[in-house]
Amino acid sequence: MEDLSLHILDIAENSVRARAKRIEITITRDAAGDLLTVEVKDDGSGMDQETLARVRDPFFTTKGKKTGLGIPFLAQAAEQAGGALTIDSAPGTGTRMSVTFKWSHVDRPVIGSMADTLLTLIAGHPDLDVLYEERDDGGVFRFDTREIKKDLEEVPINAPEALDAIRAMLKEQIKFE
Amino acid sequence: MAKLTIADLKKIKEEYHAGQALREGGFKVKITVHMGTCGIAAGARPIMNVILEELAKSGRKDIAVTTSGCAGLCSKEPMMTIELSGEAPVRYIALTEEKARKIFAEHVMAGKPVKEYALVVGHETTY
Repeated sequence: MEDLSLHILDIAENSVRARAKRIEITITRDAAGDLLTVEVKDDGSGMDQETLARVRDPFFTTKGKKTGLGIPFLAQAAEQAGGALTIDSAPGTGTRMSVTFKWSHVDRPVIGSMADTLLTLIAGHPDLDVLYEERDDGGVFRFDTREIKKDLEEVPINAPEALDAIRAMLKEQIKFE
Repeated sequence: MAKLTIADLKKIKEEYHAGQALREGGFKVKITVHMGTCGIAAGARPIMNVILEELAKSGRKDIAVTTSGCAGLCSKEPMMTIELSGEAPVRYIALTEEKARKIFAEHVMAGKPVKEYALVVGHETTY
């Protein structure tokens, strides 16, 4: 995959298949530490120890005919860029995946369009709650669909009118690319 | 916290209520963009962008958009399935943005499947 926002979409879609109701995505740039960290946390069904031990194996999947390449691809991308991928999970407690990259590494993937990733999740799964945070030395950008849904009141978040406004807001305010 | 402005919210609510009468009839079309690892790697997200763009332009209020996981035909991605109420679902394969626009115009809007881009008509499993 070309950029991190696509990997994040892939991981988030895994969370949806694991019956997550809420996904929290945090991207942190630590300039002093030359580090980029992406964390995706969900409240889905979680994984047992046996599954967790195999989750990085290419073609391992718990979902029948699926490819089983999403996590191995991301782990490889991190390792090629001086980073690592870690996953914490247990049945019933959800999953937290953290992946780091050396920011200045020549092989670090670009972040890409998080606006497109968030819109795909919102449009495809309107009942899902998504929190997105970007953190760097300049501060924190925070987008929470729970807050947006509250403001929209009776209007569904996936109504075309709402998606248009959210798209414009995200394209304007998301800083990382 | 990123928030929609008051003006945005007012406009969204006005437009939503203006189209609510149409929505009351329920969804007449379901569009499923396949968003497994293989689909995403092959370009499913730009296909979703095209669908959302065309949906906004169309003004239609009776179209549901969703995503599904890998359908087991990774070499045919990106794929999407169109289901019109009362008709068999049609699965489209090897999509490009141009093909997606044509499918939206001809199948979703005009009700005529684009046979040259379709893999199969009939059974659809969404995950």
